[in-house]
Amino acid sequence: MLTKRIIPCLDIKDGRVVKGINFVNLRDAGDPVETAAAYDAAGADELVFLDITASSDAREIKADLVRKISKAIFIPFTVGGGIRTIDDFKVILREGADKVAVNSAAIMDPELISKAADKFGSQCVVVAIDAKRREDGQGWNIYKNGGRIDMGIDAVEWAQKAVSLGAGELLVTSMDADGTKNGYDIELTRTIAELVNVPVIASGGAGKCEHFSDVLTEGKADAALAATLFHYKELEISEVKRFLRDKGISVRL
Amino acid sequence: MITIIDYGAGNLESVEKAFDFLGYETLITSDEKTILDSEKIVLPGVGAFGDAMNMLTSSGLADTVKKAVKKGIPLLGICLGMQMLFESSEEGENVPGLGIFKGSIKKFENTPGFKIPQIGWNSIKLREDSRLFKGIPDGAYVYFVHSYYLDAKDKNIVAATCDYIHPFDAAVECGNVFACQFHPEKSGKTGLAILKNFAEI
Repeated sequence: MLTKRIIPCLDIKDGRVVKGINFVNLRDAGDPVETAAAYDAAGADELVFLDITASSDAREIKADLVRKISKAIFIPFTVGGGIRTIDDFKVILREGADKVAVNSAAIMDPELISKAADKFGSQCVVVAIDAKRREDGQGWNIYKNGGRIDMGIDAVEWAQKAVSLGAGELLVTSMDADGTKNGYDIELTRTIAELVNVPVIASGGAGKCEHFSDVLTEGKADAALAATLFHYKELEISEVKRFLRDKGISVRL
Repeated sequence: MITIIDYGAGNLESVEKAFDFLGYETLITSDEKTILDSEKIVLPGVGAFGDAMNMLTSSGLADTVKKAVKKGIPLLGICLGMQMLFESSEEGENVPGLGIFKGSIKKFENTPGFKIPQIGWNSIKLREDSRLFKGIPDGAYVYFVHSYYLDAKDKNIVAATCDYIHPFDAAVECGNVFACQFHPEKSGKTGLAILKNFAEI
């Protein structure tokens, strides 16, 4: 049986692992390759690296990082952050990443999704969506630039459009839940997961084992992502997986 | 020396890095003589069946692969590299496969509750006497990314099966030809053990 995936996320800046709380207050805490290998050994099903390096040679820094990771770990990994062009996709995939996550650039130029899917295959095109509930409480809007700019676009509509353009997977982050440890946004995740035929990775809000089982059952997510929780060892991946298995959820143990 | 056949498809490096990690020497090449002189051959593949077969044929490497198999050089096909060993695929209906084995590649049908492609870790049921899966426990998890699946005609060559929507053939083994639908180079420890088994054949 196909298992639900547990995915640690590593935020990277200038070649180091950091983690923001609500997208700010970055803390430097680790070597990405060592952290990745530790997660692999701990039973992570997949890894996501979000590189927020903003310097002019960001692409080279990213390529170097991907190359090092791909020599050390042998589970699938996705790289995102600052991806703007088809060339960015090419460099990252060539260096050994399995998937590329694109966010702001896809919002500004949705054709980037279809071009990347045509050239490299849908399976390696992940569209990352940062969504925040609208003030009237009805639905969610998408934000770009790391959650700074409200695009005034409905998140569910954008998710469907991204898939129709060729996205092979969606990484849906609830900005409301992110950093709270109060649980994933089940309604957001389920709404999107029920409307698209590609896997949905839920992100933002994980604080305890129940949050994972909730989003993987009620939330209809195919995978659940967490960063801080695993990074600061508040929960072990194996602990989460054993909990899920005991709940009857299929996991790789 | 393990030769990884370069016919223009991407993602050869992951396989190379996995063998490097295990301490085996590899070479990525499209040179027929080098391929036919190597100890072992890997036929990787990411992309669409039709495009990949066309590249393999136009570069002359389709014949090279057949010659290598005839010569008895151990060959490992991975993902699309497995699919191309068969006669045909619903993904590229006018393009014949290598036809080394009988059988065809079919598309997963849209089924409520199942996303296509199958992406992720699934368990495989193993044939006991397999050389490729020696020491791997039955039910081990490996990583799949695919929308098309193998239906081998001769089930005697099937070394592993998997279940997604319905049971399908996940790996084959016949003589010195081995192939798997999943990605051993992305299947963690289990995958590395499978690659090591191949390297030690």
